[in-house]
Amino acid sequence: MSLTNETIKERLKAKFGDQLTNFEEPYGLLTFEAPKDLNLKVMQFLFDDEELRFQFLTDLTAVHYPGLAGRELAVVYHLHNLKDNIRLRFKVFTPVAQPDVFTATQLYSSANWMERETYDFFGINFVGHPNLKRILNVDEMTYFPMRKEFPLEDQTRIDKDDAMFGRGSGGGAEAASHEIKAGQGADEAKG
Amino acid sequence: MSVEQHIKLPEGSIEKTTTTLNLGPTHPATHGVFQNILELDGERIVSAEQTVGYIHRAFEKLAERRPLYQITTLTDRLNYCSSPINNMGWHLTCEKLLGVKTPKRVDYLRVIIMELSRISDHLICNSVVGVDSGAFTGFLYVMQYRELIYEIYEEVCGSRLTTNMGRIGGFERNFTSAAWEKIEKFMAEYPAVLKEFENLFTRNRIFMERTIGAGPISADRALNYGFTGPNLRAAGVDYDVRVHSPYSSYEDFEFDIPVGSTGDCYDRFLVRNGEMWQSLRIIEQAYRKIQEFKGAEADVYHADAPAYYLPEKKDVYTKMEALIWHFKIVMGETEIPPGEVYQSVEGGNGEVGFYLISDGGRTPYRLHFRRPCFIYYQAYSELTKGSMLSDAIITMSSLNLIAGEMDA
Repeated sequence: MSLTNETIKERLKAKFGDQLTNFEEPYGLLTFEAPKDLNLKVMQFLFDDEELRFQFLTDLTAVHYPGLAGRELAVVYHLHNLKDNIRLRFKVFTPVAQPDVFTATQLYSSANWMERETYDFFGINFVGHPNLKRILNVDEMTYFPMRKEFPLEDQTRIDKDDAMFGRGSGGGAEAASHEIKAGQGADEAKG
Repeated sequence: MSVEQHIKLPEGSIEKTTTTLNLGPTHPATHGVFQNILELDGERIVSAEQTVGYIHRAFEKLAERRPLYQITTLTDRLNYCSSPINNMGWHLTCEKLLGVKTPKRVDYLRVIIMELSRISDHLICNSVVGVDSGAFTGFLYVMQYRELIYEIYEEVCGSRLTTNMGRIGGFERNFTSAAWEKIEKFMAEYPAVLKEFENLFTRNRIFMERTIGAGPISADRALNYGFTGPNLRAAGVDYDVRVHSPYSSYEDFEFDIPVGSTGDCYDRFLVRNGEMWQSLRIIEQAYRKIQEFKGAEADVYHADAPAYYLPEKKDVYTKMEALIWHFKIVMGETEIPPGEVYQSVEGGNGEVGFYLISDGGRTPYRLHFRRPCFIYYQAYSELTKGSMLSDAIITMSSLNLIAGEMDA
């Protein structure tokens, strides 16, 4: 329990200097950013260091930020030191035009499928991965569906009859209002 | 005299010394939609290649268009043998992001529900291991107690399998007296049943010979493969999220973490059985703690989080504030504060994690589920290499692979 976020930060700073940036602690979890060429070096250091021993890869995923020019895709690693029970998160950013990031499979066998999943959904090319092919989607898919340019169905569109779902407009709403009028007519006739 | 051959065999099929066997996608022994392409040398497995994704439903993408409370229904469908744990995990994630502090009674109610789900999850897994090794009795025998657990769910939230239980901040309603009666019945009757279940299996010669040494994994490999939960503990690593990163007031409870040593099917079975006993202990403690609440505290079942917790219907009809909140919540018009949060809970299969990024909109910017099944299933080919085909089947059920969790 001796290991604290401060110690980890100092050790990393001592080793990598100013190359690691954006140190934060949202909800107590140490978070930082590494240049994408260094991701493996950082992980190797965190894995091997006598004191740090981040030898458990909890999670690996990606996030797409289309607004950040030149660093659209972020690969996010969650590591865990089980002995001292402390977690950290670090990110590498990569341009969407050339999304090459080194693979972590040599360090963590668990990274294999997590990287395949990340490739499948975001198109991150994990350099050195032994079997980088789609895992959850069909092999014939030609795009990377979790990127932001593939929105789910747009709820503001007006060319669909959604009247029965309470958000109709255009043709749907008209049809619905006809029904209401007809209903009112019937009531009047009764009255 | 040469024999004329009329059947054209595929190129190279005579020279091939191994048999390719497609196990799945819909094989009755796989308990879910998995495909395994096995290379067999006689009955020994030379290599196995897993194919997953048959029931992928794009939950992470769907979640990007849903307000927080509508995502609970997606989490139901991850590990559907213990959906309440996923539901609670999701609520805890939201509460962490929103800074909602839940009262102790809510935490304890959640603990009861989560431990009941753990029991039902382990019960199914262990009894199915029995079925796959030829012992059907245990499976039928314990089913009525899973049924009782599902009846408790019904009393608490109205549904059984995909529960959508609880809300951000607590439960949608207090536990009814019928729910408490069923929980008491469970606490009173289940220990004898579990004991009898253990008598059927634990020292059963046939069962032991079928499971000991089947699909073993060392602690090092298990950690490297990202194992968590009972499968990791069976390999001898005492990592449990409930202890290492306590949530929902688990620090108030006293319980042991059963561990194995060899990480084979038998150890996994024993660890799950041990955990069921510990879950019973936790439920009993939680039940006693809840009895101790007096006065107004004894009826608390949700936190004070008006922006996210639906107000009572009678307030909606009579109070302006409540009506506004009701409208905003139902229409999904509540802005989520920006932030980035990772929250994990100890699910039936291991660490179920939720990585939620909010950019201040009404829906998550990104939500990622850490699904323990998906991560440890990749070890399957290493676990089964060189073993018999029937061991591969039993290894698969003892890993407790749930297709819904794997494919998200």
